[in-house]
Amino acid sequence: MLIQPTHDMARPMSRRRWLAAGAGLILGLAAFTSAKAADDTIKIGVLHSLSGTMAISETTLKDTILFLIDEQNKKGGVLGKKLEAVVVDPASNWPLFAEKARELITKDKVAVVFGCWTSVSRKSVLPVFKELNNILFYPVQYEGEESERNVFYTGAAPNQQAIPAVDYLMKDEKVKRWVLAGTDYVYPRTTNKILEAYLKSKGVKQDDIMINYTPFGHSDWQTIVADIKKFGSAGKKTAVVSTINGDANVPFYKELGNQGIKATDIPVVAFSVGEEELAGIDTKPLIGHLAAWNYFESIKTPANEKFIKEWQAYTKNPKRTTNDPMEAHYIGFNMWVKAVEKVKSTDPDKVIDALPGIEAPNLTGGVSKMLPNHHITKPVFIGEIKGNGQFDVVWKTPGLVAGDAWSKELEGSRDLIGDWVGKKCGNYNTKLNKCGGQGS
Amino acid sequence: MLTRFCRKIRALPFAALLIFASVLPVMAGPFEDAVAKFANDEFTDTDEAIATITTSGNPRAYAIVSALQDGRLSADPDTKKVYITQSDGKNSDASTGAPVASIPDSAAPVRLNNRLRRTVEAALGALTLQSPDPAKRIQAAQSVFKAHDEAMLPAVDSALQKETNKSAKLAFSEARAAILLFKEDATDAEKLEAIATIKARGDQEALALLVGLSGEQPPAIARAAANATASIQSNLAMWSAVQNAWYGMSLGSVLLLAAIGLAITFGVMGVINMAHGEMVMIGAYVTFVVQETIRTSYPGLFDYSLLVAVPLAFIVAGAIGIVIERSIIRFLYGRPLETLLATWGLSLVLQQAVRTIFGPNNREVGNPSWMSGAFEIGQITITYNRLWILCFTLAVFALLLAMLRYTSLGLEMRAVTQNRRMAASMGIATSRVDALTFGLGSGIAGIAGVALSQIDNVSPNLGQSYIIDSFMVVVFGGVGNLWGTLVGAFTLGIANKFMEPVAGAVLGKIAILVLIIFFIQKRPRGLFALKGRAVEA
Repeated sequence: MLIQPTHDMARPMSRRRWLAAGAGLILGLAAFTSAKAADDTIKIGVLHSLSGTMAISETTLKDTILFLIDEQNKKGGVLGKKLEAVVVDPASNWPLFAEKARELITKDKVAVVFGCWTSVSRKSVLPVFKELNNILFYPVQYEGEESERNVFYTGAAPNQQAIPAVDYLMKDEKVKRWVLAGTDYVYPRTTNKILEAYLKSKGVKQDDIMINYTPFGHSDWQTIVADIKKFGSAGKKTAVVSTINGDANVPFYKELGNQGIKATDIPVVAFSVGEEELAGIDTKPLIGHLAAWNYFESIKTPANEKFIKEWQAYTKNPKRTTNDPMEAHYIGFNMWVKAVEKVKSTDPDKVIDALPGIEAPNLTGGVSKMLPNHHITKPVFIGEIKGNGQFDVVWKTPGLVAGDAWSKELEGSRDLIGDWVGKKCGNYNTKLNKCGGQGS
Repeated sequence: MLTRFCRKIRALPFAALLIFASVLPVMAGPFEDAVAKFANDEFTDTDEAIATITTSGNPRAYAIVSALQDGRLSADPDTKKVYITQSDGKNSDASTGAPVASIPDSAAPVRLNNRLRRTVEAALGALTLQSPDPAKRIQAAQSVFKAHDEAMLPAVDSALQKETNKSAKLAFSEARAAILLFKEDATDAEKLEAIATIKARGDQEALALLVGLSGEQPPAIARAAANATASIQSNLAMWSAVQNAWYGMSLGSVLLLAAIGLAITFGVMGVINMAHGEMVMIGAYVTFVVQETIRTSYPGLFDYSLLVAVPLAFIVAGAIGIVIERSIIRFLYGRPLETLLATWGLSLVLQQAVRTIFGPNNREVGNPSWMSGAFEIGQITITYNRLWILCFTLAVFALLLAMLRYTSLGLEMRAVTQNRRMAASMGIATSRVDALTFGLGSGIAGIAGVALSQIDNVSPNLGQSYIIDSFMVVVFGGVGNLWGTLVGAFTLGIANKFMEPVAGAVLGKIAILVLIIFFIQKRPRGLFALKGRAVEA
């Protein structure tokens, strides 16, 4: 045996030390509820970080699923059985996502999992879902270039958010010069690659595009904001397309406000800033800056008003905001319920085959449809930030936009499509007519 | 049209009298029709309305357009009535100015988009060219400069002639130059003079104007413009070095502020305190609680919230620090690895505790008015919040030095850290001093949290982003030396900011880390190594 009593293990004090460290671990990692085994319920896995960096965004999505399950159970559940949530906490730790996914599927025997936020966490759980053949609903806008049999993407693909936003700036704001600013990881890098290719195809010169990456949680924006100001004073209308993610947005916007860059001079259109992120900032200096989403809390439809009212009643917080990924979960959850009711089974294979073609109303007055590439149709809205932290919709696409799994703008993915109905293939090359094309 | 409007402005008292006299019945003229258009909630109608109102010469025009800019203009889509909410909370009818008891519920604020906001800005510029307040006239001239609309030339000319204020006169002549530069039928002499005026202004906006001058110009003008552009550019390049130095100072002050507390707990006491960042976070949350209390109970005192928060944050973080020292750290002196683990666990506990109490989302901490905005020196922009943080940091540093140097507690602290046994034999209660020293370091971290809440997110993760930087500064500056921490922080800040424009933010940070690794290889004890017997303690 290797265990030898070392001098400090023998001391009584060491117990206290382990207590302190252990308490941290327990609180940090083990905030999940254990589910009671019962045969008359259908279990639904919730795989969102409740601690660590991503807790700021993901906790709300956990609450959303619990809320949706609660509402569904009030209506009598699904197939005559009550739904039961199994919540685990992957703690913003990417390998832990895979472990927790495995635990949900093998130990808790969940029928479906709703979860993940960052692309890296989704990539981490992919092999698990493939191996154990289960279903993941992924609710966040992402960089595309993926279509997996076991995953349903209810967030926006780049052609449902980034491209329409750039179109809006080009046409309505007559923008000629572009700053593509992002956090340094896979989503901003891929999105900016797509946008750069798109802008060039529209005749924008290399000199008129400035690309800038910053680390996660960047807080000193003085130099970059000054650079943007300088880049913007070349006599051409300039805009910033921001894929800056998470916490770094708050100091970025504060610096913009303080250096006096107003939306009328250089508008910033953001893809990762929603009602939730604005809750931490005084938005008065930011009035007029833009965000592109498929949903805004301020959109007035009966469905949305009902959703907000019930959500605030459920969370017992009359000020609780709603946001785009929440709506994605709302659509995804209802699609799953419809598919299960259609095939009268929660068997993943049957549900996966039934999902494409299923329609479910979204909260903005339309009906979204699950496509054969496992993405959905969504409307695209451009909103301007208002003084009260909400958005005012200034533009929207005439109809619903179908999500492209593979970007048409990138060399490597132009000919690829995802089709799990006819071709049974996530990356079918339409030029070579065979499955297994090259991704980016 | 505009000259007529100017004449009307002079007749303002008469017009006001007339309108008051004729409140009932309201005459529906083009002005009233235009105001009613706001109720259509269509951007094109709003645009037309602004144009008609601005040129109408009606004395209510300024009130309406400025209310529109501030979001104080609301319209009822059913009755087509438009209302202004004055800054004192009273309401009035937009087209007549008659007081209204309350705005009906069906009325909603008139919406704007960015294009309209630019129109409104230009319209306000036109309406305030003759304002009695020189600051407003300068602002108006600036917005004319930006828009350089030909139609404004006569108004600017007449304003320029009457102008007596020196800086307003300059602003008007620059606005005039901007218009002439882009006026098709201006003579070459006028254009050359305009270029000279704009060159003298010499800032980013002047540069933007000159660069934006379209290609087809007579050679003399094109040459003058190119020369002016080059001279402005070289001038700006010099200023950008000054700007980098300022940004570096400012980043350095933030690093210093985050690291001073650690310089005491780690530098002086030798405790590897991984929970240091969480003390900073607690300070930020204290600021949040103070601001919330002030917002709900004494909204008038909001500007003083930070002054209240500083001592409170010191007390709260300091008290938590003393509790930590008494309950955990005192059992671990001389065992750095275990201290590291225990304080790391503690940092997770504190983060999760804050997350449970305040929720995982960012909390809004407002900037008091004296910390918002910026001013310009030459061609660089200095933001008030950064300036105050720099001053605050230096003040905290000076106070701390004075405390260690001149108070009896400071003397005891130095004695205990230099030679514990001898200090104990001299009758100093060493364990009490340990607790107070750790409390002092934590309290200062709490103060840092108050300042950092002004520039960063107030979230449970706030502390994590500063812990690495803080250790870096303390180790680089030399463990156990406060002056080393000061020099280390500013060196790293300035080096970082000069590297960032060249290498980008990500590579810049990596480069700094690599440089520090090499430096520590060469001088393991940092910039200012302690000498003497204290070293081996």
